[in-house]
Amino acid sequence: MERIIKERSTQVHTIGTSAHDLDCEKKSLAGSVSQRACVFCGSRVVLYPIADALHLIHGPIGCAAYTWDIRGALSSGPQLHRLSFSTDLRERDVVFGGEPKLYTALTELIEAYKPKAAFVYSTCIVGVIGDDVEAVCRRVSAEQKIDVLPVMAEGFKGTKKDGYKAACDALAKLVGTDNEFQAPPFSINILGDFNLAGELWMLKEYYEKIGINIITCLTGDGRINEIRQAHKASINVVQCSGSMMHLAKEMEEKYGIPFIKVSYFGIEDMADALYEAAGFFKNDEMLQKAKDLVSKEIRTLLPALTPFKEKLQGKKAAIYVGGAFKAISLVKALRLIGMKTVMVGSQTGNKDDYNLLKKLCDEGTIIVDDSNPNELSEFVKEKGVDLFIGGVKERPIAYKLGIGFCDHNHERKEALAGFEGMLNFANEVYASVTSPVWKFFKR
Amino acid sequence: MEKIPTLSYIRPFVSTRNACKLCSPLGACIAIKGIEGCVPVIHGSQGCATYIRRYMISHYKEPVDIASSNFSEETTIFGGEANLKTALTNVTNQYQPMAIGVATTCLSETIGEDVASQLSHIRNDSTSSNLPSLFTVSTPSYQGTHMDGFHATVLAVVKNYAKKLPSADKINFFPGFVSPSDIRHIKEIVADFDLTTTILPDYSDTLDNPVWDQYYRVPKGGTPISELEKMGEAYASVELGVFTAVKQGGQNGGTEVSGASWLESEHSVKNHQCLLPIGMSNSDSLFDILSKISGKDIPVKYRMQRGRLLDSYADGHKYIFGKKAVVYGEEDLVLALCSFLDEIGVEVVLAASGANSGKLQKEIIRHCPEHGKTIKVISDSDFEQINEACNTIKPDFLIGNSKGNYIAGNFNIPLIRVGFPIHDRIGGQRITLLGYQGTQELFDKVVNAMIEYKQNNSPIGYKYM
Repeated sequence: MERIIKERSTQVHTIGTSAHDLDCEKKSLAGSVSQRACVFCGSRVVLYPIADALHLIHGPIGCAAYTWDIRGALSSGPQLHRLSFSTDLRERDVVFGGEPKLYTALTELIEAYKPKAAFVYSTCIVGVIGDDVEAVCRRVSAEQKIDVLPVMAEGFKGTKKDGYKAACDALAKLVGTDNEFQAPPFSINILGDFNLAGELWMLKEYYEKIGINIITCLTGDGRINEIRQAHKASINVVQCSGSMMHLAKEMEEKYGIPFIKVSYFGIEDMADALYEAAGFFKNDEMLQKAKDLVSKEIRTLLPALTPFKEKLQGKKAAIYVGGAFKAISLVKALRLIGMKTVMVGSQTGNKDDYNLLKKLCDEGTIIVDDSNPNELSEFVKEKGVDLFIGGVKERPIAYKLGIGFCDHNHERKEALAGFEGMLNFANEVYASVTSPVWKFFKR
Repeated sequence: MEKIPTLSYIRPFVSTRNACKLCSPLGACIAIKGIEGCVPVIHGSQGCATYIRRYMISHYKEPVDIASSNFSEETTIFGGEANLKTALTNVTNQYQPMAIGVATTCLSETIGEDVASQLSHIRNDSTSSNLPSLFTVSTPSYQGTHMDGFHATVLAVVKNYAKKLPSADKINFFPGFVSPSDIRHIKEIVADFDLTTTILPDYSDTLDNPVWDQYYRVPKGGTPISELEKMGEAYASVELGVFTAVKQGGQNGGTEVSGASWLESEHSVKNHQCLLPIGMSNSDSLFDILSKISGKDIPVKYRMQRGRLLDSYADGHKYIFGKKAVVYGEEDLVLALCSFLDEIGVEVVLAASGANSGKLQKEIIRHCPEHGKTIKVISDSDFEQINEACNTIKPDFLIGNSKGNYIAGNFNIPLIRVGFPIHDRIGGQRITLLGYQGTQELFDKVVNAMIEYKQNNSPIGYKYM
C-alpha cells in the first residue's frame, strides 16, 4: 500500500531531511480523500456569521443541509444566520431552469424575515443549467429595496480558497456604502475573526481597554450596516489571513487602509496583536495601556498554566487545521505548555506560512499540505504523538488510535483565542492528553 | 441575544427552511460502507465528499473515508472520465479495496456523465489493470432524498453482483437505513432462528468499529461480495420498510423497484416485506415471517423479551396515554414510529418527512388503527414547517433525529432522539429501535421522558412510583 500518493510527495516535507521545498496551493488530487471542502464551503463559512442577513443557497438540498447552523459563531443580537434556506432545486428546475424558483424564494423569504441584506450562494449546477443569478439578484434588490448579493461559489470552480475570495468579493460590495458615518479616533476593523464561542467579545474588551474602537468585525457577530462603514477605519487587523486577505488588499487599494496580520492564539501572538495596533497609532499612552494589560493578564495566566505544563511537559503534538497561519500560533501556544509539535499541516497554507513553520519547528517535524486520513494516521503513529489538534474529520483518527484530541476548527464550542482562551486551550489539551481512559489502549 | 426567528403565522414557501432531509449521495455512501472492503467515490466536486464525510463522522464518531473525483472547470466542460480514472487509481493504490462504489452527484448528472460506460472504458484500459470490482449508482441530489440514494445503491449492488449460483441455504435480509446496533440485533435474531443470512447493507462494524491497535484504511466488516453473488439463489428475502422502491427510468414514468423486489421478479426469490419492526405489532410481523421462513417456533429468548415488553406496557401506559407527539424523519422511520406510538396510546399529532413518495398518509392510516385518521401528515416538509405547526398543536414531545432539538427547546418539551443524525450526543450509532428489545429501550425512554417532564414541573416528590 502506498504510504503517500506519488503525486503528493512534494506536499510533504520533513525538516532537516527533505531536499525539496514544500509544494502548496494546488488543487486536490482526485481520489486522495482531501480534508478540504469546496468553493461553496469557503464562501459559506466566511459569510455565515453575518447575523442579520438572509443566506439563501441556490441549488439542490445537500449544500444547505450540510451547512445549517454549522459554526459556533455567536451573535449578540439577531440570529437569522442560524436558519438554513435553500431553493432546494428539483429535477424540473434543472430541466427548465431555476431562476423562477430563485426569484420566488428570495421574495418570500425577504418578505417573511425582513433581513438587512441577502446573500445568494450559487452551487455547482447553477451555472451549468444557465441560471443568471446576478440578474435575479438585481431584480429582487430593486423590488425589495435591500442589497441582494450574489456569491459565485460553484463548488468545482477552484478550492476552498476561491470561496474565501467569492465571499470577500460580496463583502467588498457592501463596504463603503455608508458615508455618513463618522468613525471615532483609533478605529479599526477586525478581519477574519468569527466570534466562535464568543471569542470576539473577549478581544473587543482588550481593544477597548487600550483605547481602540472596533467599527466592525468581518464577519464575527457581523451586521450589514456596520460592514457598510468599514471603510472609515484607520487600519484593518487581519486574523485569519487565508480567508480575508483579498478584502484587506482591496480595501487598501480602494480606500488606502493599511492592514496588519495578527493572530489571537497563544500569549505571545495575542500580546503582539495588541502592541502592533498600538504601534500603528504611534500613541504612547495606548502602548503603555497595552503593556499594562498584557502584564496583568500574564501575571494571572502564567501561574494558572503551570500545573498544566508540569503534566504536559515533553508530550508530542500533531496539528492539522484549515489555515497554516493558525498552525504557527498553535506551535507557539503548545510550547508554552511544554509540548512539542512533531507534525503540522493545513488545508490551505501558502509558501510564506509554511516557511515560517519550517523556521519555527524542530528538525524532524513533518510539514504537510492538503493531507488526507491515510497520511495523517501514518504520521501520528510514526511520530508517537500524545495529542492531535484538528477538526471533526481528524477527531476519529486520533481517537481510534488512542490519542488525545483538541478541536480547533470553526465548529469548536470552547473559546480558545486571547488570554482567557489560552487557559481554556491548556485545560482542553490537559483533559484529553492526561485522561485515564488511554491506559486501556495499546499504543 | 435574540431568539432564532420563528414566524408566528403559517404561509406557504417554495424555499426549504431547515431541511428535514439530506441529499441522495449521502444515502449512497452509507449503503456502500456496508459492503466489505468497499470505498465510496463521489463523482463530482470535492465538497460533496467532504461534507458527507463530516456529516457521517459527527454521527458515527468513526473515520469515514469517501473519495472524490474532484471536478474542476475543465472537467465540467469536457467530462469527468479522466478525473474518475485518476480517482479510482489513487483509491486503489492507497486503500487496496475489494470494491469501489461510484455515486454520482447533481453536477455529474447535469452534465450528462454516463458513469457505467466510463467505468467500462477505464476497466478496459490496460494501464488500470489492478482495479478492484467497480459499480456505480445514479444519485443526483435534485431527485428525492438520502433514502432514494440509499435504496438505489442497494438495488444497484444487487443488480451488479447477484448471480444464479447453485443455491446456498440462505436468506437475504434488507434492513433498510437502521443503526449499526440495529443490524447487530437483526443478526442475532436471524441466527437464533438458525437462518444463514446475507444482510445488505451491513455497516454494523464498518460504521461502529471497536478501538484499533493499528489504523485500518478500510475498516473490517461489511457484506462480502462472494455473499452478494449468492443473493439470486436465496430461498427468501426479508425486506424492512415499505418505502424501499426506487423509480427506474423508462416509458410511461417507469417502474418502482427495490433490491428485494428485483430479486423476486428476476430470480424468483420470494420477498417478505414488513414495516421496520418498531413496536409490538411490527415486531410480531417480523418474528412471524422469520418463523415461517425457518419453519421454527419463535425462540424462548424472544418470547421472554416480548412478555417483558408487554409487561412494561402495563407498567407505563398511564403516563403516556393521550400525550401528543410530533414524529419526523425518513418515511419508513416515521411510519413505524407512528404505528408504535399509536399502539401504546400516544396521539401522534404531526408526522412529517422531507421525502415525498405520496404514500405516507395512506400507510399511516393503514397502520395506526387508533388515531391514524387524525394524524396530520406533511410530506416534502422541513423543520420550520414543523416548528410553526407546533405553535398550534402544542405537542408533549418530539421524536426524531437531533436536528429538531431547537424546536423542542422553543416549546420546552423533550426530544426523544432516534434515527440519523444524532449530532449533539454520543452513541447515535448504538441506539437500538428494532425488535422487542429495541422497542423496550424506546418505550422506556418515552415513558421516562414524560415522567421526568411531569416531575420537573410538579411539587410532588416522585420518590416512589
